[in-house]
Amino acid sequence: MPSARRLSAALLLAALTLSACGGPQNSGQDQDPSESQDAGFPVTVEDASGEVTLESAPERIVSLTPSVTEMLFAIDAGDQVTAVDEHSDHPEEAPTTDLSGFEPSVEAIVEYEPDLVVLARNAAETADQLKEVDVPVLILPSAADLDQAYDQMRTLGEATGNADRAGEVADRVESDVDAIVEETTAEIGESDLTYYHELDSGMYSVTSETFIGQVYDRFGLQNIADSTEDTAGGYPQLSAEYVVDQNPDLVFLAYPGEGAVEDLGERPAFDSIDAVSDGDVVHLDPDIASRWGPRVVDLAESVSAAVTDAAQEG
Amino acid sequence: MRHKRTAWLWLPLGLAVLGACMLLGVAAGAASLGPGDIAAALLSRIPFSPVGSPLSGLQESVLLELRLPRVVLGALVGGLLASAGAAYQGVFRNPLADPYLLGAAAGAGLGATLVLAFGREVLSSPGSVVPVAAFAGALAGVAAAYALGSAAGGNGTATLVLAGVAVSSFLSAAQNLVQMIRVEELRRIYSWMLGGLGTGGWDDVTMIAPYAAAGLLVLMGCGYLLDMLALGDEKALSLGLNATGVRLLVISAASLATAAAVSVSGLIGFVGIVVPHIVRRLVGTGYRMILPMSLLSGAAFLVLVDIAARTVIAPAELPLGVVTAFVGAPFFVFILRATRSRAT
Repeated sequence: MPSARRLSAALLLAALTLSACGGPQNSGQDQDPSESQDAGFPVTVEDASGEVTLESAPERIVSLTPSVTEMLFAIDAGDQVTAVDEHSDHPEEAPTTDLSGFEPSVEAIVEYEPDLVVLARNAAETADQLKEVDVPVLILPSAADLDQAYDQMRTLGEATGNADRAGEVADRVESDVDAIVEETTAEIGESDLTYYHELDSGMYSVTSETFIGQVYDRFGLQNIADSTEDTAGGYPQLSAEYVVDQNPDLVFLAYPGEGAVEDLGERPAFDSIDAVSDGDVVHLDPDIASRWGPRVVDLAESVSAAVTDAAQEG
Repeated sequence: MRHKRTAWLWLPLGLAVLGACMLLGVAAGAASLGPGDIAAALLSRIPFSPVGSPLSGLQESVLLELRLPRVVLGALVGGLLASAGAAYQGVFRNPLADPYLLGAAAGAGLGATLVLAFGREVLSSPGSVVPVAAFAGALAGVAAAYALGSAAGGNGTATLVLAGVAVSSFLSAAQNLVQMIRVEELRRIYSWMLGGLGTGGWDDVTMIAPYAAAGLLVLMGCGYLLDMLALGDEKALSLGLNATGVRLLVISAASLATAAAVSVSGLIGFVGIVVPHIVRRLVGTGYRMILPMSLLSGAAFLVLVDIAARTVIAPAELPLGVVTAFVGAPFFVFILRATRSRAT
């Protein structure tokens, strides 16, 4: 299967190079019977900007967001991926480049001759400029909850000709997460544990309205940042005083740094927080905790372990 | 003579106002502690006190390790910025001079930004290095402005101010460049730039205390010299005063004070310009009174501003620099207008 795909990739590359010069002639390849990948194409999928139609299965995908990169590889579209942004470091075989997903450079993207670019945010200018040069663009913004993450996997499957595999992966991730949540809640019963999720040492946090907040919510955890729901689009900066006063049972740190857990305990007054004195400060893998890709299962496992520990202490 | 004697009443009044503001600062905050409980908890800390603390261990830590140092830090930062501003204005004989002149703030900004942007790769806990970097940057900024001003020749303050503007622009540009390169650290950098006391503790107080004390001691002693300087360089010289030496001394002390403040609070504008203005209108033009009164009023002002910052959108916080700009900028325009209409 991979070798066949590579062959079709080579064919498509040739076709693309031709079509790039010749404009809209590429509709001809839809009839090519050797393109098994193109079964079902053209396909129209929905993204944040509306509808995107792909004439054939993309073979030179540029992904500018780590979550999408992880999804693409998980749904077996990895060998259709030509380039990914500087922060897409997972899985290892992802073709990491110095492309920026924060400030996308259209010229740098076009260098890779993509036939599909996936953007994370509605960087309207980037998308418009890419469409200007006839590069299809898919905008998949940060997922707001788990369901949106599953949907994005399925959308990517349809857009890349891997719909079946994507469906399987999305279903598996969903059932895995559900199973972890069920097991955990069955084990600890009704709990009223509170938590504080820290995005960086400046005490930026997340509310339950965010993707990560939704994950904790599934475990029945109470978020101490929720009284700030109206501020900062779900990512409020809390004061030390508030955090200490709320005395969370669990603290999750989602940023790199080896001594992060110790540093937190050494902040003024933080040693009197239950989470600190009970050893319930959890250092999450910052990548896993900030991406809405298939590794959300790993995140769920980390949260489950922490919740179970904290609940058993009583 | 009689006028002077009543003038000294300003100092106890200033102290009383500062004390009241600090009490208010201790009582206000995101955590709910009653004023009576706070008073009892503080009294219980006095040795051999018969009063027992009614607060839980957690509430005690909030009060003693977070709120108290924060109020003290706020007073310290406000006092430093305001008296530094008053001193700059005296040296430059320019009412618009403030700590943000001379590249001090821009230098501090660049120093802090560099650590925030690249520190994670080099340092285990970059957060603790930010103040040091800001401090070094502030001093480097002032030194560069001063060197440039001297090299450009010319006399007096205009050259120095222009050199400060040039150095500030350069340092700000460098800082913007760093922000662009490390876009993912933008939030942390931005948050520091806007100023705040949110993460301050006793550590910060003790860290800046020696610098603050040194800067303030010199500044408070400079009132007489600044009053002489106000008479003009020639007159000062005829009174046996080395005008250049005095300027250097005052600028160094004010920059040290600024750097100490900025290193723990981030960038907080307008305190150094608005507070001395108000003080000058209250107590007259003598720097022997303006300097200590700026210290007290600046301290009280920033404690009040910090109360607003942590209560308006609690439990989230407003950046202090935003609050001082909102309060300070319109007030500043008002003062400018009033001063102008009086002059014409």
